[in-house]
Amino acid sequence: MNITEGAELPPLTVTVTRENLVRYAGASLDFNPIHWNERFAREVGLPDVIAHGMLTMALAGRIVTDWLDDPARLVSYYTRFTRPVVVPDDGVGATVEFTAKVAKVLDDGTAQVAITAKFDGKAVLGKATAVVRS
Amino acid sequence: MYPPTATYEVSRAKIKEFADAVGDANPLYRDPEAARAAGFPDVIAPPTFLTVVNLEAINAIVSDPELGLDYGRMVHGDQSFAYERPVHAGDVLAVTTTVAEIMNRAGNDFITMRGDVRDADDALVVTVQAQLVVRGAE
Repeated sequence: MNITEGAELPPLTVTVTRENLVRYAGASLDFNPIHWNERFAREVGLPDVIAHGMLTMALAGRIVTDWLDDPARLVSYYTRFTRPVVVPDDGVGATVEFTAKVAKVLDDGTAQVAITAKFDGKAVLGKATAVVRS
Repeated sequence: MYPPTATYEVSRAKIKEFADAVGDANPLYRDPEAARAAGFPDVIAPPTFLTVVNLEAINAIVSDPELGLDYGRMVHGDQSFAYERPVHAGDVLAVTTTVAEIMNRAGNDFITMRGDVRDADDALVVTVQAQLVVRGAE
C-alpha cells in the first residue's frame, strides 16, 4: 500500500436505503425518529428521513480500513457533519460517493488521510480525516 | 462529569450485527480464527462501533433536566475517535462522560461531550468526542 502524499485510496460508492437505516438503527441503538419516521422528520423541518451521520461516518471509514491491512493502525478518525443524506422511500435510496487520499505524511510515522463524501453533488462530511500509522 | 455507565460487554454477535449494518465484510469483524491469526484476542469491532456504548452516555446527558436540551432540535455537529487499540469481543467497557464545552453562537447551543472508554483493567481503549448542536427556536 502506498503511503505517499497525494496517493489516492480506492474509491467507494454506497447506496443507502430505508432498509439500511432501519438495520443501522437497530445495530447502533440510535432510534431517533428522524432516521425512520417521515412524519416526524418533516415536523422538525427536514425534507424527509435522513441517514444517521454515524452511518455515513462508518461507510466513509470503510475506505480506510479496506485499504489498511491492519485496522490497529488506525490512530484516530474525525468528521464534521455538514449536510444530511436524505433517504427517500422510493425503492432506489441515496447514493453516496466516497473518495480519500493521503493528505500529509508526518515525521512521527503517521499519515493523515483526507476523506470526502458526496451526496447529490455536495459534500456531506467536513474535514473528515483518518490518522494512520505507516 | 457524569458517573461511568454500567459496564458493557462486547459480544461477537453485536460486532457482526454492526458490521452487517454498515456493509463491512472484513473477516476480522466476523471470524475469530482470522482475528487471532492477525494477532487479536478475538474478533475486533469496526472503528465507529463504540457509538453503541457512547450513545447511552449521551442520552443520559441529553435527558438531564439541568441542561434542558431539546432533543427534537438537536443535530450531530462532529464526531471523533482516538484509539489506543481496537475494541474486541470479550472487552468489558465502561464510559466516563464529561461535558467538555458548552457555548452559544448565533442563537444555537453547541455542546461538546467527551467519553473515555476503559477496559476491565482500567486501561484507556478509546476516547470518543461528539459535538451536538441544538438549533435555536426560529
